Amino acid sequence: MNELHLPWLEFAILIPLLAATYVWKIKSAEEKRFVSIVASGITLAVTLAAWIDFESLITYEARDHWDAIKAIFGREEFMIDQLNSPLLPLTSLLFLMTFLATPRVKYGVYSFTDSLILLSITLAIFSTKDQWLLIGLLIVQTLPLSWEIHNRVRSTRVYWIHMSAFIVTLIAGGWIYQATTSAWWHGVAIIMWMIAVFIRGGCFPVHCWITDLFDKTTFGVSILFITPMIGAYAAMRLIVPVAPDWAMQSIAFISLATALYASCMTIVQKDARRFFCFLFLSQSSLVFVGLETASSIGLAGALCVWISVSLALTGLGLTLRCIESRTGEVLLTKYSGLYAAMPNFAGFFLLTGLSCVGFPCTLGFIGSELLVDSAIEFSPLVGFVVVASTALNGIGIMRAYFRIFTGVKYESSIPIASMRSERIAILTITVILVGGGLLPQIIVNSRYKAAVEILQHRTK
Amino acid sequence: MNTAVLVNFLGFSTVLAPLLFLLVIGCSMLLQYELSEVAVGRWMKGTIGFGLLTSVSILAIMLLARSFREVVDLGNLVTIEDVHFHFHLSFIFDRLSVPMVILSLVLCFTIGSFGISYLHRDNGFHRFFLFFSMFAVGMVFASLAATIETLFLGWEFVGLSSALLIAYFHERVSPVANGLRVWTVYRIADAAFLAAAVLLHHETGEGQFIGMMSSEPWPYGVSTLDSVVAFWAGLLLLIAAAGKSGLIPFSGWLPRAMEGPTPSSAVFYGALSVHLGAFLLLRVSPIIDQSFPLRCLVIAIGLITAIYAAFTARVQTDVKSSLAFASLTQVSLIVVEIGCGFLYLALIHMIGHACLRTLQLLRAPTLLRDYKTLENALGGSLSVRAPAWIKWTSPSIQRRLYRAAMERGYLDAILDECFAKPFLRIFNAFDRLERSWICILSGEPLKATSKLNMETNTKKPIGTTHDSAPIPSSTREHS
Repeated sequence: MNELHLPWLEFAILIPLLAATYVWKIKSAEEKRFVSIVASGITLAVTLAAWIDFESLITYEARDHWDAIKAIFGREEFMIDQLNSPLLPLTSLLFLMTFLATPRVKYGVYSFTDSLILLSITLAIFSTKDQWLLIGLLIVQTLPLSWEIHNRVRSTRVYWIHMSAFIVTLIAGGWIYQATTSAWWHGVAIIMWMIAVFIRGGCFPVHCWITDLFDKTTFGVSILFITPMIGAYAAMRLIVPVAPDWAMQSIAFISLATALYASCMTIVQKDARRFFCFLFLSQSSLVFVGLETASSIGLAGALCVWISVSLALTGLGLTLRCIESRTGEVLLTKYSGLYAAMPNFAGFFLLTGLSCVGFPCTLGFIGSELLVDSAIEFSPLVGFVVVASTALNGIGIMRAYFRIFTGVKYESSIPIASMRSERIAILTITVILVGGGLLPQIIVNSRYKAAVEILQHRTK
Repeated sequence: MNTAVLVNFLGFSTVLAPLLFLLVIGCSMLLQYELSEVAVGRWMKGTIGFGLLTSVSILAIMLLARSFREVVDLGNLVTIEDVHFHFHLSFIFDRLSVPMVILSLVLCFTIGSFGISYLHRDNGFHRFFLFFSMFAVGMVFASLAATIETLFLGWEFVGLSSALLIAYFHERVSPVANGLRVWTVYRIADAAFLAAAVLLHHETGEGQFIGMMSSEPWPYGVSTLDSVVAFWAGLLLLIAAAGKSGLIPFSGWLPRAMEGPTPSSAVFYGALSVHLGAFLLLRVSPIIDQSFPLRCLVIAIGLITAIYAAFTARVQTDVKSSLAFASLTQVSLIVVEIGCGFLYLALIHMIGHACLRTLQLLRAPTLLRDYKTLENALGGSLSVRAPAWIKWTSPSIQRRLYRAAMERGYLDAILDECFAKPFLRIFNAFDRLERSWICILSGEPLKATSKLNMETNTKKPIGTTHDSAPIPSSTREHS
């Protein structure tokens, strides 16, 4: 396997981990935030360097130079390839922007330590395709959120009921797959993994833990736990290379049902957090739909949607979080009239919201176009469901926009306009979304190559 | 200078001019740098005026060179060579697009200039011109689109700006609710359009109108699709056009859209936006010609909408609603003309109607004064005569017709009762079910959760002038 010029991946995983230990020790909330921003900024630079380094090698897959893990364990555990190369900087960016957009009033509530640990684990997950290491990391990743819920003195039952099922099916699938060579038992293992992926990805009907999670943890940590779409990554690494067609079709069928159901649910939500959850569930399910089409265009579209939805929903989530920090719970049952008080957030909300449903001139547009194109080719019904769910999500977004920003002018005795750091964070995401929409060729090339390689591996 | 190079330059300028206006006003608002009203006015007049000048120049060049079609190619936005996927951005100047773009820019310039004084010192002045610029970009893109994807791009911009401008007076609930209603109809139309665009792209292997409809310039193109595909693609496009132009069964949104400020009502529902559906049908007329059942359907929808709108317009009690239905009558007739194959007539009808209706809508706020002036000049009241056919109908039929027209054909009620309410009922039930399920799993009684929700619902914003209730420590903290 080719080598990168430096151990970028190990740096990227270690830096947030070291920063987490440092942040854990310091008392000042201001300093915690500063260290977190610096650490995630360096991690972003390192992951970008890894991506550029990888692209310069013109190879399918590369590992770290001076691989310390290999020296210790004798195995190459971390690698970079076409699929994960943009996901690493994307994840770092999402964390950096979340740290940056954390308002001062929340410094004491938001756990920077947990978030840095989560960043490290997420990057480690995205850097591996070794079956057991991936399973182990996926299990470890469930822990910080459990601490978070526990620390807030809320019930962890819903979370652990789902996560226990996730862990059991993940391990059972791995064990069965390794223990036997029988095709029938491999089928059972794949079903186990499919269940695990459905739970982690929040597919209907095992999605309730996500709405519960958003109710019981801080908005920031919840966003960071779900928007990188770890479930989709697990599916790409564990299931797609070995799954027979029926398994792919089952995944896509469940995802289509989730996309449609969640998009209908966005329209009837009464509070902004649940609205956000269902919007995420609907749009993230479309990534799985690309698998069914089994065409390079469909898969490339799904991978583009992955990136655009991650970015757009993080931007949308951060906007909602900033509003929540000023007004308390954001309800969609009344018109809050926040436009005059925070016109910037209104603009960001609309831009990020529309981007996640593939509005023209945003990053999501071309991904949706590719996805719908191949879906219609595969089956007009699939294409119809994809189009219908994005249309419904568009209605949901506009409804939420009107409910939050219109109505009798919100009167506040203190200034509640956006802070500079918040503006920078959300503006950065918005610029990437719009810039990516105007010049989508780079991202489409990268995702198309990844799609072709995934399909080639699958054929083998 | 070579004519082709000159046309290319002018074509780019026509497209880029309104885009520049959108960028300037959009960036200034996003970066919280407020332009003065005078500056906004100058940018608006400068960019739209320049676009108008360049488009008229193209028309002059084409007339002089006896050219019926010029294509300005911006290249591929996305290309995947291995699978021959191209997302092409190009603009076409032909006998359909040039009149349409000139009409769009003339009306945008006129109404923009009117809006500067109409909205002078209004709180939403900048917001109005942001959406207005978005609309101008959408109209120019849609009018000049040489590919179905580019047309969709412009179409979406027009839809978004329309919905946001209807909700312009956003401190009142009614305009916002109407804005959302219009957006909902538009999303249905957009979904149909997107499906049609992808289907056409898939069937023809390209999104270019020239490829889809032979190489002959409009209106002499012949569709290369077979009649079955033409029917389904045409049907989807007809749904899209019906949504955008307010044809039956989507007519209910049109009077609701009049909640916006008068300049936007004029530009959207009197002049341009309402004709966009008819324009789409004109652009894809070779596809309609390919399928006889589709043609019949286009004529039928046009006729039914025309009769419906003509009746409804007569009983409206406010001038803007009356004008909205009068517009709809004419748009429906234009659709009938398209269905019958009278394409030039439809185009001329569209341009004439757009200009007349813009004038009427801009004069609408002073209608009573105009009437008074007229009556003073005549020296008596203006007479209102009942139509002749009314003599042959019984009073009960007259009453029924009147009630149906007053209720706008019960279209809104039918859509609400048959679709919206059952949908909301079903998914609200699912929502309650999910909440109960979570309560069962978490072991928290449903009662406690309801209480928690009530507590959070009554939570007052920090720093508001309302009474501040203490926030119970048991409620969730937000980060």
